[in-house]
Amino acid sequence: MTETLPGAAIPNPLDEAAIAAAVDQAITAIAGASTLDELKAVRLAHTGEKSPLSLANREIGGLPKDQKAAAGKLMGSSRGRVSKALADRTAELEAENDARILVEETVDVTAAPRRRRTGARHPLSTLQDRVADIFVGMGWEIAEGPEVESEWFNFDALNFKPDHPAREMQDTFFVEPPEAHLLMRTHTSPVQVRSMLEREVPIYVLCPGKVFRTDELDATHTPVFHQFEGLAIDKKLSMADLRGTLEHFARQMFGDEAQIRLRPNYFPFTEPSAELDIWHPGAKGGPRWIEWGGCGMVNPNVLRAAGIDPDVYSGFAFGMGIERTLMFRNEVGDMRDMIEGDVRFSEHFGMEI
Amino acid sequence: MRIPLSWLREFAQVPAGATAEDLMAELVKVGFEEEAVHRPTDALKGPVVVGQVLSLVKEPQTNGKTINWCQVRVVPEGQEQTLTGKGIDPSGVQGIICGAHNFVEGDKVVVTLPGAVLPGDFHISARKTYGHLSAGMIASVRELGIGEDHDGILVLSRIGLDPEIGTDAMELLGLHDQAAEINVTPDRGYAFSIRGVAREYAHATGTAFTDPASKVQAPATLSGGYGVKINDDAPIYGKPGCDRFVARTVRGVDATRPTPPWMSSRLRLAGIRSISLPVDISNYVMLELGQPLHFYDQDKLSGDIVVRRAVAGETLTTLDGKERALDPEDLLITDASGPIGVAGVMGGASTEVSDATSAVLIEAAHFEEVSIARSRRRHKLPSEASKRFERGVDWQVANIAAQRAVDLLVELAGGTADEAGTDVGTAPDAVTIDLPAEFPAARIGLDFTEEQIVTCLEDLGAAVEKNDAGWRVSAPSWRNDLETKEDLSEEIARLVGYDKIPATLPVAPPGRGFTRVQQQRRRLVQALADAGLTEVLAYPFVSKAANDTFGVAEAGAPRRALKLANPISEEHGYLRTSVLPGLIEVAKRNHSRGFRDLALFEAGLVFLPGDTLGTESIPPLGAKPSDEVLDALYDGVPNQPLHIAAVLTGHDSPAAAGHTPRAWDWADALDIARQTGDVLGVEIVVSQGHHQAFHPGRAAQLSLRTGEVVGYAGELHPKLLAAHDMPARSVALEINADALFEAAADVIVARHISTFPVATQDVALVVPQDVPADDVLAALREGAGELLEDVALFDVYAGKGIEDGKKSLAFGLRFRAADRTLTADEASAARENAVAMAASRFGAVQR
Repeated sequence: MTETLPGAAIPNPLDEAAIAAAVDQAITAIAGASTLDELKAVRLAHTGEKSPLSLANREIGGLPKDQKAAAGKLMGSSRGRVSKALADRTAELEAENDARILVEETVDVTAAPRRRRTGARHPLSTLQDRVADIFVGMGWEIAEGPEVESEWFNFDALNFKPDHPAREMQDTFFVEPPEAHLLMRTHTSPVQVRSMLEREVPIYVLCPGKVFRTDELDATHTPVFHQFEGLAIDKKLSMADLRGTLEHFARQMFGDEAQIRLRPNYFPFTEPSAELDIWHPGAKGGPRWIEWGGCGMVNPNVLRAAGIDPDVYSGFAFGMGIERTLMFRNEVGDMRDMIEGDVRFSEHFGMEI
Repeated sequence: MRIPLSWLREFAQVPAGATAEDLMAELVKVGFEEEAVHRPTDALKGPVVVGQVLSLVKEPQTNGKTINWCQVRVVPEGQEQTLTGKGIDPSGVQGIICGAHNFVEGDKVVVTLPGAVLPGDFHISARKTYGHLSAGMIASVRELGIGEDHDGILVLSRIGLDPEIGTDAMELLGLHDQAAEINVTPDRGYAFSIRGVAREYAHATGTAFTDPASKVQAPATLSGGYGVKINDDAPIYGKPGCDRFVARTVRGVDATRPTPPWMSSRLRLAGIRSISLPVDISNYVMLELGQPLHFYDQDKLSGDIVVRRAVAGETLTTLDGKERALDPEDLLITDASGPIGVAGVMGGASTEVSDATSAVLIEAAHFEEVSIARSRRRHKLPSEASKRFERGVDWQVANIAAQRAVDLLVELAGGTADEAGTDVGTAPDAVTIDLPAEFPAARIGLDFTEEQIVTCLEDLGAAVEKNDAGWRVSAPSWRNDLETKEDLSEEIARLVGYDKIPATLPVAPPGRGFTRVQQQRRRLVQALADAGLTEVLAYPFVSKAANDTFGVAEAGAPRRALKLANPISEEHGYLRTSVLPGLIEVAKRNHSRGFRDLALFEAGLVFLPGDTLGTESIPPLGAKPSDEVLDALYDGVPNQPLHIAAVLTGHDSPAAAGHTPRAWDWADALDIARQTGDVLGVEIVVSQGHHQAFHPGRAAQLSLRTGEVVGYAGELHPKLLAAHDMPARSVALEINADALFEAAADVIVARHISTFPVATQDVALVVPQDVPADDVLAALREGAGELLEDVALFDVYAGKGIEDGKKSLAFGLRFRAADRTLTADEASAARENAVAMAASRFGAVQR
């Protein structure tokens, strides 16, 4: 790289035309530099020690005193113009350079690998949480209990007479030995009994959990499933309160359009008892009523078993299946999908239902 | 319960065009769920007519069979065939090929003409066969879908019919009738009868009801009949096993007469097979009135009938031909020969009515529910009779049902009734219930009028008497389910209609929200899902071997576990003591479906029985047990802690361009275990562990600071993985989550954050191979004192430059003081103290 223009004469620092020509030459060269490297060469040639302008500037020292100011002024402004042009061009070229690097760094974002595994909740578990949230929002509390229970909590305390057909219809898993009177709870109602024994009235509790019946697994049955049961004990509760509570809950779960229907039914632990249907506008095969669960006014014998005076307090209870709710709410066609643990089932839901 | 519509119409105002579906739509309003529709015409379509075989020519075939070429008249002689269509002969005589041989010329038979459709979507048409054009079919009961007998075709004279030629055979055989099947809840025994359902239909529709009992003219009293004694010396719950026994005799019965089609058709629609005329009559009366009957061949009885409990060692051969050992609790019907029936459940073979029977003794008895239920269960003999007795039968109807059976035996079987009869027993006290005037409204939340209340109760058949507080109600004799004012409130609401009940929303008192444990559990489950694991819910049923392997650390020590008395499969007959066996099953299922890279977890209860198991007895219902009894019930329920477990197989993520997945290893299991502690704010202490389900060198025991062991994590034992057909190097962890919840601090106390500069120093220590890194780290922490802010292991090295049997552990130490900037000397001194502690404890030498 040359440090000076070959054969160039040293311009006179008082010769405005010669200096202007040198400046123009420098500015043209600066504008013509297309890379930072070229610009560096231009800078050395036009502002380096041996450049015409630097050499001319050095000449000022040898001038008579009265000419020094004029020459200084001319050289100062001229070199200033060149410096500014250099700075501007440097900034331009740097910006171009930065932009080019970014362009060169372009990747195919559609080819990005998934590095982290996305986990999933089981939708039955997520749905249970959602139900619990709704009732906690209403001021209710969540109560839980053991899955292997004493027969008393599961049946007798709930007014199932020892030899009544209703008791047999529960298809109970018994635990050995029979003398121990232990079984797998057939519903979460024993938790209601425990709640009544352990809490002070008024009681408003929701009891979610796993329950067990001796059904073989098929498209619509499973020996292990989940329920949530509600229990309210207070003064002056009536079946209208039961209906209001269920209606409110149904609307929280299914939207403001949700409707419920009560039909007479029988359960040993409630009197009156009702079957609860929900109107499902989006049901496969057209809108229809779908059986959702059972409910009723707590039988006085159940209150007595927990030491609550049925002449002072009354209560209502209801129970629904989580599997069944998920089946019609989320169009799960086969019970086995919820049971087998195929990761595709849970992962499709992710953390939501 | 199946309800033939023609039968119901006799007693209720069912509209002429009503279908089984219409009936069910009404009955669901009063609490009977719809189950199914039974309608022969859904599968059988005419023309199906009565024909007479004019001629029958036997034509032997080359295949050895002989067929009949028949000319069958299907229109009365002299009349015109009004049917038209392909294959219908205008002459009124059809040529038909028939392979059956149980009929002769002149017999009247059922002819399915071309155009008819038989069950199984079998279309009848004229077709060429055996050299003739066969235009129709002579039908058997099986082809018509009304019986199993396919030995031959149905000859109408053999079922007592001689209809005119051309008669609609479907009408004749009751095939235009249909039945609605409804579910009857176990409290309503009365609805296992046409009588009960007709009354309910009237309730549902507000129409008139005729009580079938009112149509029977039964004598008010009976005497002089067959000798019967009720002698129950061991009543259950103090209630006599039998409190009424009506016996009637009909002589000269022809038991071989056919059952008329109207009766067999109704029985068939009701789901009961026609057996013989006497048996059919007893079933018919039971279905109509709800009273199970038993017929004895009176000539086979010896001496008086005695109703008593069994004596140990007695046996009885029941109608099904099985000899049964009787239990002293069984209530029996006996005569001088010994037991002749298990009361209300099944009769004995020795006194059974047969074709030869001439004198029939009718039993219409009232048996107590519990006694029947226990016998039925004991002998595994569910019957139509026991079903009704277990749920309760109307005490009052016994005499009427007996009379109805007498009438039918006289009318249909040609018998003659004895004037004399037997009716022994004592009527139970009538149930009266005081119903306070305001109670139904308070219970239901709907303001009933007095008139509504009284009308509803009277419609049910109750007697209602006004008193000061409200009403005194006598429950009808057939409603043993009505005992309390709550029961009556339900009846009133049911009859007025549940759809009239308004909706009000009660407000719960201010609640506490989720409990701490509930929040912790939710956080834990969510954290594992957030960490990339997939939640599954496996069954808790496992094998004994699975519990013995996963449930206990030491090999060979059997695990105490709960066994199910009636498991779905014997192989999985135990309740889990570990969550891992279920997770491994689920993992294998996913592998078999092509998913090898898995991270599964489950939070579920395990069942850990202690020394106390249940209680020998349980307290009665309807009363609060004493504190002592309650405590025993609580204590008898086995410990069931929540465990959280995970199984990881294959890789941490799917392979992809530009990404190499990492195989899960033992450290991942530990990392997840530690995370469970982290999200709860509980420190999990890791130490080299030994558990038979895990690799002996790659398992960690997980403990709390207190030393309590809470679980295991690491690589599963290679042999176990091979035995379970699981990928090598699969890892797992299991933790007692309840123990973590309990260990979590109630309140976390804030730590002072120092803003003075940090001083970092590294140190490499050479220690014997078997010294756990975590122990060295603990020694450094202890030795460094309070200036140490943090210490971490950043490298483990063994090999060149390190003596055999030793390893080099490199730690980074961060020092910081709360109140000043540390000098280099202070930090170095702290580091030296740390190293000194490691040196004294493990002979660690600084490298």
